[in-house]
Amino acid sequence: MAAHRCGLFLVIILIFSSLAHPSSCDTLEKADGNVGEKQGVSDAHREVNADGSVTGEDLNERQWQSTDVELDRSDGTEDSEPFRPAPAKDEFQEELVIRPLHSGDIYASFQFRTLWDTDFLQEGQKVSHYRLFPKSLGQVLSKFSVRELHISFTQGFWRTMQWGQPFIPSPPGAELWVWFHHTVSDVDGNWKELTNVLSGIFCASLNFIDLTNTVQPSASFKPLGLGNATDHRFLRYATLPREIVCTENLTPWKKLLPCGSKAGLAVLMKSEKLFHSSFHSQAVHIRPVCQDDQCTNKAWELRQTLNVVFDLYTSGQGKREWSLFKMFSRTLTEACPLASSSKVYVDITDNPEGELFELSPATSLLSQAVVLGDRRTYSVYDLTRAETFGQLRSLNLLLRWKGESGDMLRPLLHAERYVAGFGLQTGEIHTVIYNNHPYRAFPVLLMDSVPWYLQLYIHTLTVTSKSRDNKPSYIHYQPAKDRHRPHLLEMLIQLPPHSMTEVTVQFERALLKWTEYTPDPNHGFYVGSSVVSALVPSMVAMNTNFTKDQPLFSSFVPVKEESSYFVRVYTEPLLVNLPTPDFSMPYNVICLTCTVVAVGYGSFYNLLTRTFQVDEPSPPLAKRLANLVRRIRGVPLLT
Amino acid sequence: MAAPLTLLIIVAVTIRAVLFRSSLAELISERVEVVSPLNAWKRVVEGLALLDLGVSPYSGDVFHETPLVIYLFHFVVDYAEVVFMIADGITAVALYLSIQTYNKNVFRKQKYALESDRYPADCLELLRSPKEMFYIPLKVAMFYLLNPFTILSCVAKSTCGLNNAIIALFILCTLKGSALLSGIFLALATYQSIYPLTLFAPALLFLLQRLYIPVNLRRSSFWFFTLQYVFIYVGSLVVITGLSFFLLGSWDFIPSVYGFIFSVPDLTPNIGLFWYFFAEMFEHFRLFFICVFQINVFFYTIPLSIKLKEHPVFLIFMQIAIISIFKSYPTVGDVALYMAFLPAWSHLYRFLRNIFLVSCVLLACSALFPVLWHLWIYAGSANSNFYYAITLLFNFGQILLVSDYFYAYLRREHHLTHGLYLKKEDGSEATLVLK
Repeated sequence: MAAHRCGLFLVIILIFSSLAHPSSCDTLEKADGNVGEKQGVSDAHREVNADGSVTGEDLNERQWQSTDVELDRSDGTEDSEPFRPAPAKDEFQEELVIRPLHSGDIYASFQFRTLWDTDFLQEGQKVSHYRLFPKSLGQVLSKFSVRELHISFTQGFWRTMQWGQPFIPSPPGAELWVWFHHTVSDVDGNWKELTNVLSGIFCASLNFIDLTNTVQPSASFKPLGLGNATDHRFLRYATLPREIVCTENLTPWKKLLPCGSKAGLAVLMKSEKLFHSSFHSQAVHIRPVCQDDQCTNKAWELRQTLNVVFDLYTSGQGKREWSLFKMFSRTLTEACPLASSSKVYVDITDNPEGELFELSPATSLLSQAVVLGDRRTYSVYDLTRAETFGQLRSLNLLLRWKGESGDMLRPLLHAERYVAGFGLQTGEIHTVIYNNHPYRAFPVLLMDSVPWYLQLYIHTLTVTSKSRDNKPSYIHYQPAKDRHRPHLLEMLIQLPPHSMTEVTVQFERALLKWTEYTPDPNHGFYVGSSVVSALVPSMVAMNTNFTKDQPLFSSFVPVKEESSYFVRVYTEPLLVNLPTPDFSMPYNVICLTCTVVAVGYGSFYNLLTRTFQVDEPSPPLAKRLANLVRRIRGVPLLT
Repeated sequence: MAAPLTLLIIVAVTIRAVLFRSSLAELISERVEVVSPLNAWKRVVEGLALLDLGVSPYSGDVFHETPLVIYLFHFVVDYAEVVFMIADGITAVALYLSIQTYNKNVFRKQKYALESDRYPADCLELLRSPKEMFYIPLKVAMFYLLNPFTILSCVAKSTCGLNNAIIALFILCTLKGSALLSGIFLALATYQSIYPLTLFAPALLFLLQRLYIPVNLRRSSFWFFTLQYVFIYVGSLVVITGLSFFLLGSWDFIPSVYGFIFSVPDLTPNIGLFWYFFAEMFEHFRLFFICVFQINVFFYTIPLSIKLKEHPVFLIFMQIAIISIFKSYPTVGDVALYMAFLPAWSHLYRFLRNIFLVSCVLLACSALFPVLWHLWIYAGSANSNFYYAITLLFNFGQILLVSDYFYAYLRREHHLTHGLYLKKEDGSEATLVLK
C-alpha cells in the first residue's frame, strides 16, 4: 500500500509540474513511464499513462483540466470502495462518441462494456449468480462453450470514402462469428444450436444460418480476446446480407443492458429516431480479456455497441446544426447508476480554434486518444458529475456549424465490389482495394464467401495492381459443394503505395430447383460482403500499453505494435440474378417430359414386342353383325 | 482408300485449327449445348488449378472429370487443342476401319446366303452391292469429322471427344475380334461415363457370333467365353479404378463423378430431358423419378439384345443413340457419335417413314437452341419454357430418328426372309403391319 501511495504521490507531483510547464510535457511523459516501470505499481502506472495520453504536444491556449478530473474520479472510486458489499467482480461502463462527419452527417457511437471476472467455461462450476452480466448470454456461453462471440446487425452500408473508418466495422445485414472452446467435439452441432438460440434472443433470422452459408476463415478472423487460438476448426463465420434490422432487434439488445433503456445513455435509443438514419448498426461482442497489464486476472467482457449515422444536413433544410434532442428526441439527465463511468465524447479535432463550429454547453474537459491511426481530440462530458447537467438538470449537446469544413483525408484503406458482365449465364466479381497511403505498401487479407449457386472458377482469378500482375502470397481456397457449403477464398495481397488493386474472379450462375428460390426470385440473390483485414501503417504512434481507463472506443481491437493499427473494411454486398424456371409449370413440365420419354418407350416397345405381318383388313362392322345373325340362323355367311 | 481419308482428315483438322484461332472458340466453349458440367474444358482447367493450389479437385462441385483425364491433361494441357483434334481423328479412323470390317462381314454373309439360296427371289434389289458399300466407311468418317456437332464439340474442347474416341476404339477392337482390347476399352469407356456399360451386351454378342458360339445357356463354351469376357472387363475396370485411387489417394472421385452422373444435382440447361424436369420436380418425387429416368437408359439393353441378337453392330448403334438421348448430361458431341453411323445404314433408306420430318425437326432445333437461349438468358424476353420446348422437340426428333431406323432395319430383315412384294391370299398387294 505504501508503494501505491508513493506512486500516486509521484504522479500528482509530475502532473502538477506538467501543468506548470506545458511545453515540456513530452519528456515528462517519458519520465512518467520510467517512474511507473521502476515502481512496478500497475495502478499508478495506469493513471500516469492515461494522463500522458491526455496531455498532447500542441497545447496553446487551452487549459487541460482532465488531470484533476481523473484524479477526482479515481479518488471517488477509492472512497466508495468500502461501501460496496462485496469486492466488485463486475463493472459496467457506458460511453457515447459523437463525431461530426465531413459529409455533414453525424456519427454517434454508443459503447457499453460489462466486465466480469468469472469463468463460464470452467468445468464443474456452474455460474448461477448474475449481477450486471445478462444471464441469457451467460448461459449461452457456458452451454455452447463459446470462447468468443461477435454478432452484429446492420441496416445500411458504411460509406468509408465519405465517413472515414468506423470504430467497429460491420457488414450490411447480420454477421456472426464465434470461436468455440477447443474442448468442443461437435462444433457444427453447437454452431447450429447456438444460431437458433441467438435467433431467439435477438429476434432475428439467424436460424437461416446453416452449413450453406457458414465458413471457417483460416486467417481473417483471429480471436480479439485472450488466447491466440489458431486452429480455425473452432471458428465459424456466417453473414446474412439480406437480414433487415428493425425495432424488434433493438428491443432485446437494449434489454441486455444493466439499466435497460431506463437510465444512462440508453435513454437516447428511441427506435423511431435510430432507424430514421442513413446507417444503423448494433452489435454484441463477448470475449475474455485481461484485467491488467500482466494479465494475472482474466475477465469476460461484454461489449454492446450501437453505431448510427444521422443525415441531419438534408433533413435540417440545409442548416448544419445538431443537438442530442434533434437526433434522439431525448436529452440526457443522468448516468446509469450501475455504471462506473459514463461519458459523452464529442470529436472536436477539426475545430481546434473553435472557428468551425460551436459546441454548447462548453465543457472544460478535453481528452486525446489515438484511434484508427490518428490522434483525435474530444470534448468530454462526464455524466457521473452533477455539474455536467447544469441548472436545467439535463444535458442537450448542441453543435452549430459556423463554416464549411475542409476536405476529409482519404481513408488509407478502402474497398469496393461489384458484379460485371451481362446475361444470366456467367459473370465476374470485381473487388477493388485502394491503398491511399502515399509511400507505404502493406499487405491485406481479403476474404470472400460466395454461395454455392455461383460457381467460382478459381483459375480465372486475377489480381492486378497498377496494371501489373500482383500474385497473392497466400491463397486459401475451399470450393463449394452444391447445397452443402459455400466457396471460401482468402488471399494475402500486398498493396503497393498509392495504388488501386483489382481482384477479379469469374463465376457461373446455376439454375436451382424451383423450391430453392426465394419468394421474389427476380429480385436476385445476395452475396455477403468481402472482408478486407489489414494492419495499416499508422501516422502516429499507436498506444500499445494496456490501460484500463482509456476510452472504450479506442480499446476494442488490441494494439500489438506502435507503427500500425488494425482495420477491417467490408465491401458492399452483391445482388446477383440467377436464371429462373417458370414457377407455374411443374405439372406441365412433368407431363410433357414424361410424354417424350413415353414416346421413346412406346415406339421401342412396339417394335420390340410385335412382328411384321401382312395386313388382313377386317370386314366392316355391319357385315360382321350380319354374319353373326346369319350364323345363328344357320344360313351361309356373307363373304 | 487411304488418300481420300487422309484428305478428309486434313480438311477436318484445318477447319478445327481455323476455328481454334478465331474468336468463335471462346463463344462456342460457353455454349450449354456443346459443353455440360461433366465435360466442359473450363472445368478441366479449374481442376488443374485446384490441384496446383493443393486442393483436391473433387472437394468442390465444379470438377467432375475422372482422375485419369486430369492426369492426362496435367501433362498435355498446353497441347489440349492438338489432343482434341487427334482424338477426333482417332475416332474417325476407328469408325472408318470398323465399318470397313463390318461391311466385309456383311458382304461375306450375304454371299453365303446367296449361294445357299436363302433369299427370296424378289429380294435381290435389297441386297447390297460392293460398289455402293465401297464409299460407306469414308462417308462414316466424313459424317463424324465434318459434322458441325463434332466440330463444335472439338472447338469447345469438350472431353466428350475423348469419350467418343474411346468408344470408337472399343467398336473397332470388337469388330476386329479382339476380346481383350475390346474389354479394356469398354472398361475405359465405362470408367469415363458409366453409360457405355450397356455396350457390354452387343460386344459380347458380336464376339460370340464371330467365334460361332451360339447363345445357349446350357452350352459350356458360351459360359466359358462369357466369363472370360466378363473377367477382362471387370478386371480392367478394377485396375483403372485402382489406378485412379493411387493417383489421387482417395475415393473422392467416385461420388463426385458417378454420384454426379446419377443424382443429377447440377441443373444447368443442356439438350437433354433431365435439367428442367428435375428443376420443376416436387421434392418428394425426386428420388423416384431419378431412378425411373436412369433405369430408362439401361433398361432397353435387355429387350434390344434379345431382339437384335443376330445383329450386334446395329445393336451398338441403337445403344449409343439411346444413351445420347436419355443420359443425364448429353451434349451435341454424343449426338454426333451415333449420327456418324447413319451412312452405314444407308441401305435402309427406302424403309424410313419420316426421315424428312425428322431431319427438318433436328435442323430447326439446332438453329433454335442458340436463338431461344439468347432470348431467355441475355435478352430476357423469353423464359426457360422456350428453351425447354426446344430440348423437348430435339429429343422427340432424335427418338423418332432412332425408332425409324430400328423399324427400317427390322422391316428389311423381314423382307429378306419373306420376300419384298408380299401378296395377300387373294393375290392382291398386301400391306405390312406390326402386330
